[in-house]
Amino acid sequence: MVSKNIICPVCGASCDDVIVNLDLKGNTIDVQNACKMGNAKFQEIVSHHRIREPMVKENGKLRPATWDEALDRAAQILASSRRPFFFMGSETSIEAQEVGLHMGEYLGGAVDSNATICHGPTAMGIQESGRSGATAGQAKNRADMIIYWGTNPMESMPRHMSRYGVFPRGYWTKKGRFDRTVVTVDPRKTPTTVASDLHVQLNPNTDYELLSALFTIVNGKKPHPSAEEITGIPIGVMEQVVTMMKESNFVSIYVGLGVSSSYGKHRNIEIALNLVKEMNNYTKCVLGALRGHCNVAGFNQLASYLYGYPFGLDFSRGYPRYNPGEYTCVDLLRDRDIDAALVLSADLVCHIPADAAEYMAQIPTICIDIAPCPTTTVSEVVLPGVIDAMECDGTFYRLDDVPVYFQPFTESPFPYTKSNEDTMKQLFDRVKKLKEA
Amino acid sequence: MCDDLSGERYLVREKGVLDMAGTIAIRNGYVFDPLNEVKGERMDVFIRDGKVVKELSASEMDNAKVIDASGMTVMAGGVDSHSHVAGAKVNTGRLMRPEDHYKCYMKKTPLTHSGSGYTVPTVYLGGYEYSKMGYTTVFEAAVPPLEARHTHEEMRATPMVDMGGYLVLGNNWFLMRYMKEGDFDKAAAYVAWMMRTHKTYGIKCVNPAGVENWGWGENVSSLDQANIHFEVTPAEIIKNLTEINEHLGFPMPLHLHANNLGHPGCWETTRESLKIPSTVKAKPNVDVEWAETKMNAKRHESVYLTHCQFNAFGGTSWRDFESGVKGITDYVNSKDHIVMDSGCVPFGDATVMTGDGPAIHDLYVLTGNKWSNTDVECECGSGVLPFTYLKSNPVHSVQWAMGLEVLLYVNDPWKSIMTTDSPNGGPFTKYPLIMTWLMSLKARQDTMAECHKWANDRSGIGAEEREMSLYDLAILTRANPARTIGMAYRKGTLGVGADGDVTIYNIDPSKLDVNDYESLIRNLQNSEYTIKDGEVVARQGEIVAIPEKRTYYSDIKVPDADERHMLEDVKEWFRYYTLGFSNYPTPERYLANPTPMTVNPLR
Ligand code: SF4
Ligand SMILES: [Zn+2]
Ligand SMILES: [Zn+2]
Repeated sequence: MVSKNIICPVCGASCDDVIVNLDLKGNTIDVQNACKMGNAKFQEIVSHHRIREPMVKENGKLRPATWDEALDRAAQILASSRRPFFFMGSETSIEAQEVGLHMGEYLGGAVDSNATICHGPTAMGIQESGRSGATAGQAKNRADMIIYWGTNPMESMPRHMSRYGVFPRGYWTKKGRFDRTVVTVDPRKTPTTVASDLHVQLNPNTDYELLSALFTIVNGKKPHPSAEEITGIPIGVMEQVVTMMKESNFVSIYVGLGVSSSYGKHRNIEIALNLVKEMNNYTKCVLGALRGHCNVAGFNQLASYLYGYPFGLDFSRGYPRYNPGEYTCVDLLRDRDIDAALVLSADLVCHIPADAAEYMAQIPTICIDIAPCPTTTVSEVVLPGVIDAMECDGTFYRLDDVPVYFQPFTESPFPYTKSNEDTMKQLFDRVKKLKEA
Repeated sequence: MCDDLSGERYLVREKGVLDMAGTIAIRNGYVFDPLNEVKGERMDVFIRDGKVVKELSASEMDNAKVIDASGMTVMAGGVDSHSHVAGAKVNTGRLMRPEDHYKCYMKKTPLTHSGSGYTVPTVYLGGYEYSKMGYTTVFEAAVPPLEARHTHEEMRATPMVDMGGYLVLGNNWFLMRYMKEGDFDKAAAYVAWMMRTHKTYGIKCVNPAGVENWGWGENVSSLDQANIHFEVTPAEIIKNLTEINEHLGFPMPLHLHANNLGHPGCWETTRESLKIPSTVKAKPNVDVEWAETKMNAKRHESVYLTHCQFNAFGGTSWRDFESGVKGITDYVNSKDHIVMDSGCVPFGDATVMTGDGPAIHDLYVLTGNKWSNTDVECECGSGVLPFTYLKSNPVHSVQWAMGLEVLLYVNDPWKSIMTTDSPNGGPFTKYPLIMTWLMSLKARQDTMAECHKWANDRSGIGAEEREMSLYDLAILTRANPARTIGMAYRKGTLGVGADGDVTIYNIDPSKLDVNDYESLIRNLQNSEYTIKDGEVVARQGEIVAIPEKRTYYSDIKVPDADERHMLEDVKEWFRYYTLGFSNYPTPERYLANPTPMTVNPLR
């Protein structure tokens, strides 16, 4: 059966024009419009890797279990924990994440999401400075200058350039790529830098210095000569970039992990945002983060409206607290501050430092996922994940914080759960029963 | 409110005994029901199955909860017709302001969620705070269409209050194009389709023509200035939208955030804007059953101006800044087609947030505070900035006076509504302060004594001796907001057939001494009882039940053929969006108890 306008659940671009033809009998799926990354995920639906049944650990080994047994064991772990940790991964809906936040609040635990290991510093930069931004279509229709800073969308968000950033023919950009100047700022040479008009190849970890120098130039002053040596960029080139920006009608800057995860972290974002604010006294200028994971923006939005903070929330005192570096995932694990964990739709073990991962292996962990991964290996209970946007409906927030409602083209392969949201709710019900017994 | 540093708002107490749901007798209170011209008479109010009834039978009485309200004030549940409580821009305020959340938080209880935020509270906290003050209905002031799903998500998650939202359409590409081409019918069909598509209630028009220019970092400075490319003027947009509004039969008038907001001298622009729809006749036409009221509960106005205070700046610069309120209220007093809310400034922390991107940018330039802005493709924009109003600041102190002038200078309270444009002038949790300043000359004088002298010198507040009554307040905070937006068929009144939403204040009108304004504030802050759909939901500042809630939207029936023709254009132009046409709508699943209201256009 052919289904149209399907939303791709892989990266923050949330492309909504995917066409799929799923043949359940032949166990094949044909996918149009998605990029390579997206296509690979759609293939998961027919993959033999897929976790097809619940599992629990016995004598150090995972063995198949009934849904009831696995769910009861998971509920037991959470109900008897003094300080459970919930990692709400971004490859699932905000509806599922919401249950995790509620459970964390109920049990007095901590709740975090992917932002903690990717664009957390971006959120913190916004908390320092505010953000001049726009939905993706503003750049599509208006932007005549694009800056990719510390990101390589050709590989990390393959359709960003074609759908939003560089190639689309917008209202005032009818010639697409030819109406735009593209600048990349990246210490490495990448396919994106090759495709751009100007590659500013700064020394690694000198983003803050380069941004400060640009800020100085915008303010009509000359940067200190040492800026040249530190960043490796001639001041003349910096001036050229500022002039290009001022002379453009609409400048759209996209920042990646190269900015938020290099030296300076949220301070890099803060100064970038200050530069953008200042630039708005000359021309229209906006900044957005290229959010790698599908619904990573969603958790930030959800946690902010439910509890007031975008990530790294702690409920141990009965009300939400936020202190990155204390209540954030890696810190909680390193400090051995938690005694149980639930990981939803994320291979956490793969993305955190070894000592944190080691501790996770020591505490009882529950994992909800679609395929075996290091996180399932350390888990005591594994619940099969349902694939959002393919097998159930729900909401993702796109990289520009626009919510996207996705509908499935098939249904959950499991009789006992319709979606990850459903699984989380069933689990929460059992936890409540145990707590309130 | 979180003014004490301990920051904890709630203590867990025993829950009251539960009664038969939705049936209640409120005995012997002093009842204020302006739509029925009930002015503080001692009488009973009966509610059966969530609706106001004439009386309860003996057997119903046996099962009903009985509240002895003697010595207390009874009004319909409060209605906020303009508040920023849900959606992308509100959430930007939360996300960018952890400092607003650290210092103000609320613990969970067995019944309630935890929350945080002083000027931009989280959804749970916001719902509880409204309910504690006696409010049962709140309308979100601005819904950007592309992000309507987000607004609805937050409204769905907000407990305690019925809700709806106004769709931002004053800089919409499709509409501006139709206006330029003079295609009124298609423009109207588009508006109708958009309301249904995004499940919203009325038309919001923010800085018409100016926000589109802000897409290029510009604004418009006069009502006759055509904007870039689309070449329509603010005046044309206001005229067209008010006409479309009446052609379609909307329950509420066009909701206008006028041009030039926040600039010295802007009061004139506002008055000129209000003149534009003076000949447009109100024609609300909604299929609903009306609660019994003595007064006509339908609106007759063609424009609902919001946050008048912010649009009433006088002078020509910050140096000769003064109140320009009188210029607007004189006009409003002389005409019958305008209703407006005040946008009062109660001092202290605020977060300014509006769909008027350029206005907030100006404030950024002025203050250097952290600043967020989000422009929304093909539709609208928004800006957010933390702001603190100080009594010691000359301009802020005049703004305080102006907000009160707006309400005190309008002779007929049925032309005005009390708001703070929350959280722009200050958070809605400060409504009790505003109410008290309106009711007590002494309260005003005492505050004025602490203000910069401009408060007195640059406004007329010092000479104004009017003290509003509880009856006036009942108009400003429930009867008139409900009537204005077309919700008086069920809200803002205690007439038979209305929703059983009631506020009982521990205020004895026969003994009320407005000079003792401290206790007045206290009693307005926490209702004695807040009743929603006939169930006690808050009691003396504590949430005791979480009721069901509804979300209202306008379901406008335009002829199929009109809609089809219009949609051909829309689909064609959809390529300028980054979301496909089929993924654009907001499905009903994002609404809590979706409650469509059938609206009938002229034929
Ligand atoms: S760019 Fe991202 S969302 Fe779009 S198809 Fe590729 S992986 Fe999917
Ligand atoms: Zn406004
Ligand atoms: Zn407003």
